[in-house]
Amino acid sequence: MAEKEVLLDVKGLKMHFHTGSSAVFGGHKNYIYAVDGVDFQIRKGETLGLVGESGCGKSTTARAIAQLYRPTAGEVTLNGKDLTKLKANDLIAARKNMQMVFQDPYASLNPRMTSGDIIAEPMKIYRRHGILSMSRREMDERVEQLMERVGLSRFFRNRYPHEFSGGQRQRIGIARALALKPELVLCDEPVSALDVSIQAQILNLFKDLQDEFGLTYLFIAHDLAVIQYISTRVAVMYLGIIAEISGAADLYRKPLHPYTQALLSAAPIPDPAIEKTRKRIILTGDVPAPDKVRTGCYFYDRCPKRMSGTCDVHVPRLKEVENGHQVACFLYSKPD
Amino acid sequence: MTDEVILQVKDLKTYFHVDEGIVKAVDGVTFDLHKGETLGIVGESGSGKSVTNLSVINMIPDPPGKIAGGQVLYHGKDLLTMPQAEIRKIRGNKVSMIFQDPMTSLNPFLRVSTQMVETIVLHQGLDEKTAKAKAVEMLKMAGIPAPEKRIDQYPHQFSGGMRQRVMIAMSLSCNPEILIADEPTSALDVTIQAQILDLMKDLSARLGTAVIMITHSLGVVAGMCDTLCVMYAGRIVERGPTDALFAEPKHPYTQGLIKSVPRLDQASSDRLFSIRGQPPNVIDLPDCCPFYPRCDKAMDICKRKYPGATAFGKNRTVNCWLYNSEGK
Repeated sequence: MAEKEVLLDVKGLKMHFHTGSSAVFGGHKNYIYAVDGVDFQIRKGETLGLVGESGCGKSTTARAIAQLYRPTAGEVTLNGKDLTKLKANDLIAARKNMQMVFQDPYASLNPRMTSGDIIAEPMKIYRRHGILSMSRREMDERVEQLMERVGLSRFFRNRYPHEFSGGQRQRIGIARALALKPELVLCDEPVSALDVSIQAQILNLFKDLQDEFGLTYLFIAHDLAVIQYISTRVAVMYLGIIAEISGAADLYRKPLHPYTQALLSAAPIPDPAIEKTRKRIILTGDVPAPDKVRTGCYFYDRCPKRMSGTCDVHVPRLKEVENGHQVACFLYSKPD
Repeated sequence: MTDEVILQVKDLKTYFHVDEGIVKAVDGVTFDLHKGETLGIVGESGSGKSVTNLSVINMIPDPPGKIAGGQVLYHGKDLLTMPQAEIRKIRGNKVSMIFQDPMTSLNPFLRVSTQMVETIVLHQGLDEKTAKAKAVEMLKMAGIPAPEKRIDQYPHQFSGGMRQRVMIAMSLSCNPEILIADEPTSALDVTIQAQILDLMKDLSARLGTAVIMITHSLGVVAGMCDTLCVMYAGRIVERGPTDALFAEPKHPYTQGLIKSVPRLDQASSDRLFSIRGQPPNVIDLPDCCPFYPRCDKAMDICKRKYPGATAFGKNRTVNCWLYNSEGK
């Protein structure tokens, strides 16, 4: 398969949140290191799955890419433009090509706007900025078209969010994200709040839309099976860094990082025959708080295969082990 | 698991009276719980899983809720007609509960020790010192490091997984016969979920506690439960041993549910199977099969009448006209 061109290139992305200063130690500043140096590329038409436990920085990564937060450091290059360096007006123009779908279909829709207005809003904003030239009629047509495409009747356009079910609301959120015909859609846990039978419908919708419009997704979820189903490539995050990144099939067949291995073995499989014979790697302890600078491997405290003297004094970098399979672990490479 | 039945739920009906009409949250639920058994209740949101279990321990807020019929027999005594004073001796003692969110089910103003000792003193009649020793022992069993110190801390000083361990320790501290766990791991991460499920399995086996596990996750029940009840719109549509139910689901809803979950062990790029439509609104539901608008095998009779249970061998029942001779 010929390599498609890179649509999004994230280099050394860091997002640190200032959480107040300590008076005792001479104004020493405290930070949460939510995202602490993340590199990846997404090629046109592919889906990069971003998986990890709560607090590992998945959502912050997506928001820092969208420039909803201005990153502490790093580059986010979309279509050859570094978004972190753009001025406000240029950023708005560049962001037209990148839209978001959020997790909570209740909180992410304005309860006082009708579904039709919600879907039309991005077009109105871009028209006001003079970036989009569309007549009111064209916009109306586009809204109806979008609603039908995501599986909502056009007659629902005057209804308010509370009149829709969770799955239908997520469809409104998807239609809104598609309104500006973006190339890249950042999906932040879009199916996590949905029931199993509805989740399957929405996942199918995401796949169909990708085939139809050639969309590129950054797809965040904590459910490993969902990520496997939707992704071309998968990145596993832990405490603000990427522990492992590889083609989806490769990662699930042969996880290299001890954290990925534990994560995969901990995820339940809906089949009692398999569950009975499965061996689990049960990690001890909880995910530590990302509030200090680490001098060793971020996973050191919980790793069943840690090597003292190496893992606690050097920080492992992502290194390619096999074709396209990168892992940040000293089991596979020596410290520099 | 033995053959001794400790809890019998018979034709339980719980209705909520709201402005729009009557919500039949639970509408004729029947199941048995055996000593030491782990029973799973699965279903989507709004299917009546939690209301079933709140009804079992008679904790439905009234109004608007009302237990409209049925019996809950605990060792032959009906918990639904029992005076409040008497049921209080059973609740938290012989039948205890764990809820989904460990933050809202612990009192944030009280130390963990205060909350645990209160339960133990109340139900077991121990003095405070012995009760505290017992609480420490329970926390240790639940895998909390340095329990002597941790017990005097407040709930916010524990992480989510640790809080759920505290809840488990607390609920098992009176050696209950039945533990009702309402989505105990849904708020937790996968690696923590694995820890907590492991702990629950281990402790229930060691203490001989029967567990009713309420969850929406088919993966969790597959690894945990001996028996399974599948709920849809307030009714149990299929019931049976977990192995048999997964190997050969009979109800079209169960079949669809199992097929629509993406599986870790089966990479596939095909479209996922999905059940069309939405779960029904349970307000003023007509007396038909609530699943028929979404069912591929719906027949004429499904729109008119709710099917009775068809038994398949011991312990296995399905409520579907496909298997009911009356429907033919």
